[in-house]
Amino acid sequence: MRWRKSHPHPDPLPGGEGVIAGALLTLLLAWLVCYPLLLTLREALGAPGWSLRHFAEFFHRPDEWQALWASLWISLATVLLSAAIGIPLAFLFERTDFPGRRVLGTLIALPVVLPPLVGVVAFLFLYGESGFLARAVRFFSGSKEPPWRLAGAGAILLVHAYSMYVYFYLFTRAGIARLDSVYLEAAAALGAGRARILFRVALPLLRPALLGAAMLTFMTSLSSFSAPYLFGGTFRVMTTQIVFSRLNGDNEMAMVETTTLAALAILGLFLLQRTEKRRSVAGTIRGAPPARRQLRGGGLVAVLGWLLAVFLLLPHATLLLVSFVPPGTWTVEALPPVLSLSNWAAVLSQTERLRPIVNSLWMAVSSTALALLIGFLAAWLALRRKSFWRGPLETLIAVPWALPGTVFAVALAATFSKNAPWAGRFVLVGTAAILPLGYLVRNLPLTGRAAFAGLRQIDPALDEAGASLGAGKWRRVTRVTLPLLRPALVAGASLAFITALGDFVVSIVLYTFDTRPIAIEILSSLRMQEVGAAAAYGVLLAVLSGAVFLIWGRREQAL
Amino acid sequence: MKAGQPDERGDRSSVSTHNPQLIAHNPFLILDHLDKHFGGLHVTRDVSLSVAKSEIVALLGPSGSGKTTVLRLVAGFETPDSGSVLVEGENVTGLPPEKRRFGMVFQHYALFPHMTVGENVAFGLEAQKTAREEVRRRVAESLAAVDLDGFEGRRIAEISGGQQQRVALARALAPRPRVLLLDEPLSNLDPTLRERTRRELKRIIRRVGITTLFVTHEQEEAFDLGDRVAVLNGGRLEQVGPPEALYEEPATRFVATFIGRASVIEGAWIGGREVRLAAGPVWRASGGEDLAEGTAVDVVVRPEGLKLMNAPSPASLPGEVAGRRYAGRVALFDVSLDGGGAVEVLGSPDAGRSEQRVFVALDPAGPLPRVYSKEKN
Repeated sequence: MRWRKSHPHPDPLPGGEGVIAGALLTLLLAWLVCYPLLLTLREALGAPGWSLRHFAEFFHRPDEWQALWASLWISLATVLLSAAIGIPLAFLFERTDFPGRRVLGTLIALPVVLPPLVGVVAFLFLYGESGFLARAVRFFSGSKEPPWRLAGAGAILLVHAYSMYVYFYLFTRAGIARLDSVYLEAAAALGAGRARILFRVALPLLRPALLGAAMLTFMTSLSSFSAPYLFGGTFRVMTTQIVFSRLNGDNEMAMVETTTLAALAILGLFLLQRTEKRRSVAGTIRGAPPARRQLRGGGLVAVLGWLLAVFLLLPHATLLLVSFVPPGTWTVEALPPVLSLSNWAAVLSQTERLRPIVNSLWMAVSSTALALLIGFLAAWLALRRKSFWRGPLETLIAVPWALPGTVFAVALAATFSKNAPWAGRFVLVGTAAILPLGYLVRNLPLTGRAAFAGLRQIDPALDEAGASLGAGKWRRVTRVTLPLLRPALVAGASLAFITALGDFVVSIVLYTFDTRPIAIEILSSLRMQEVGAAAAYGVLLAVLSGAVFLIWGRREQAL
Repeated sequence: MKAGQPDERGDRSSVSTHNPQLIAHNPFLILDHLDKHFGGLHVTRDVSLSVAKSEIVALLGPSGSGKTTVLRLVAGFETPDSGSVLVEGENVTGLPPEKRRFGMVFQHYALFPHMTVGENVAFGLEAQKTAREEVRRRVAESLAAVDLDGFEGRRIAEISGGQQQRVALARALAPRPRVLLLDEPLSNLDPTLRERTRRELKRIIRRVGITTLFVTHEQEEAFDLGDRVAVLNGGRLEQVGPPEALYEEPATRFVATFIGRASVIEGAWIGGREVRLAAGPVWRASGGEDLAEGTAVDVVVRPEGLKLMNAPSPASLPGEVAGRRYAGRVALFDVSLDGGGAVEVLGSPDAGRSEQRVFVALDPAGPLPRVYSKEKN
């Protein structure tokens, strides 16, 4: 297959309608992405007047400083912990060979596709103060008090490391796979030992991949909401601080906090883009990847590897088990005495219990479909026609990726709680439209980046070949571009769907009782002590997400 | 200028084509003063060319000479800043590529990887809303024409590079285009396959009888396939003509050194078909008839126009054999001249050894050197 660019000047096909369509789409994206952020900033500056009063207050309150500092150090510590787990794992799975390597390699990447809230709840059921482990300790020690409390910064870090080492693992593996063995062989031929090769050659070549993973982990951790919300207690980070400020009715402070967090995240994006640029330079390295080393005692490594996988998947196994525990039957025992399908029967048969599932499904489907359409149109208008709008479109579509979900949720809530049609503001808060809109904005980077990347990989000569054969624009899009773009679009859409389906952070700011999604229902089930129902919802989310991930993975392999 | 009366200003040679009547009276495809900039880069400069029906014209030039841009201007993928493209008297400059009815074979073929061979070839026919039965028949017919009978169901990734090239040709020809455009059609093949594929390509194009414009940077390819060759340099058409004319009477210094092997020696035109070399000797030469006496010139001489001698003569240049490339009955000698500079000389393999003192003189049996004014070039 030939995907190479055949000509350095992919000039636009003649036609001026692209300019108008590009302008309209840029306007739409600016309204969805930039406008709410600007309004948030405006409110933080004391609208309708202008004042820095709220900012001054922010900088004078120690709890605000503490939350800001906590966000920063938790994120940095998460990067270090995730690197410590992910990098060695990547080397183990990419550089060595042992029985079961392939299956294990996929299994340990799984946490990345599971909704964060599901991971957090699963952790709670396993390691929490009334979780399996604590119950077992109490059972054997006879103590009445819980042996530990899963709360505060330590708990948050634990959950973060558990779910985010995957970034380091995946990036490093990809980096090693791209590494040209020629460099390692050259170093060996020059007499370098294994350690010297690792530190002087392999790691410096992997630097861009490691930096990319570090930034992604940092940004994800900065945006993290589920873990700090459920485990933080009085320990606040910026995301939870914003939501609590809103709950306390301190709207202006929430706006200042949102602005500050957004600024921090944009700084992060700036740094990330710089590393990505560097990565593209290193990406020109091509050749045979290093050969795998057959491990001596491969059996032992395999056993250890499987144990590790079990350890990593244990929280989700716990979740599954808890979903079969009928309400009120498990009190002091180490293991649940009764297992039944009663939670599942309730969740899947009672109308009110089904509603969150139906809500999540329709909202995820509609927001994903829209995000897919906008993402494709933006990429097509920006890349297929040499357009003035290329820069604005690509930037606008990527912005929500850099900003924590909480920021967008608060910004959308502020923007769409007022009716001022001439200013592009409508009352959507409290209606069924606001959550899909929130999911849509959050999903734009996922579908958009996939479409941009996919379209860039398609040789423009293919479109030209279609034109030279007499095919009009529409036929070329439907017969040539879209079929070739399908793997990229399916990948983007799968990620977007999974994200929307399990969303918690946007939902908690914007939901109403009638539109509550699964994640909110999990939270309220936990509050009502309906642990089994919460677990059943969690399993459902995990299974749906995993299924989408697997179907997408299989499709990609087939193509 | 009126359409149908192209001004081939690029054609500075006195020799025109093998069939001048045909070109003058029946131009099928006309490139009329095409000009194109990319940003500040002037990539196509006033290119005019007319192609007769069923003629094959090669656009030859080094990389960056603008040949691919000319082809893309004709195909409609680029819009010229000025100038026009006419086919059968119809001005197609404003038409998008899909409306021009030109077939194109791309450098990397641009076969649709998600379609079978048959679907690729059918694509253009379906765009024309051809009936299904007719599509099937014409796909089979087109594949048979490129000796790929029965390949309809194959996937693109399953067939070899040479076969892909022929599928691309079949796909371009299936909708029966008015003009066939080929962008470096053989550059993607390995050298052993290239010559055979070139012969097949020529046979098929001849059989179909389609008017063809193709881009190449390989002189051998251009000379073998093209009825006429158009040499491009820096976006400008330097010369258009049949291969013999380009080789024997190159219109510019660029064409003289780009086509075939040649060495350049400095000199001054002294009139009477003679040139005085900077080192002193006077040689017979052609091409300076319009020049004033004393004009500084580059003397371009082919290796077969020179010979090696063991003893000096008034018209010889002394030097030393710097290298010798053996090629069977002849050898090519690199000679470093005493006054600086170097020339290539063709001779019998025993005419000289490495580091031997030699004297380079004109071979009376070989082609005369040509001179080009330094000011003009």
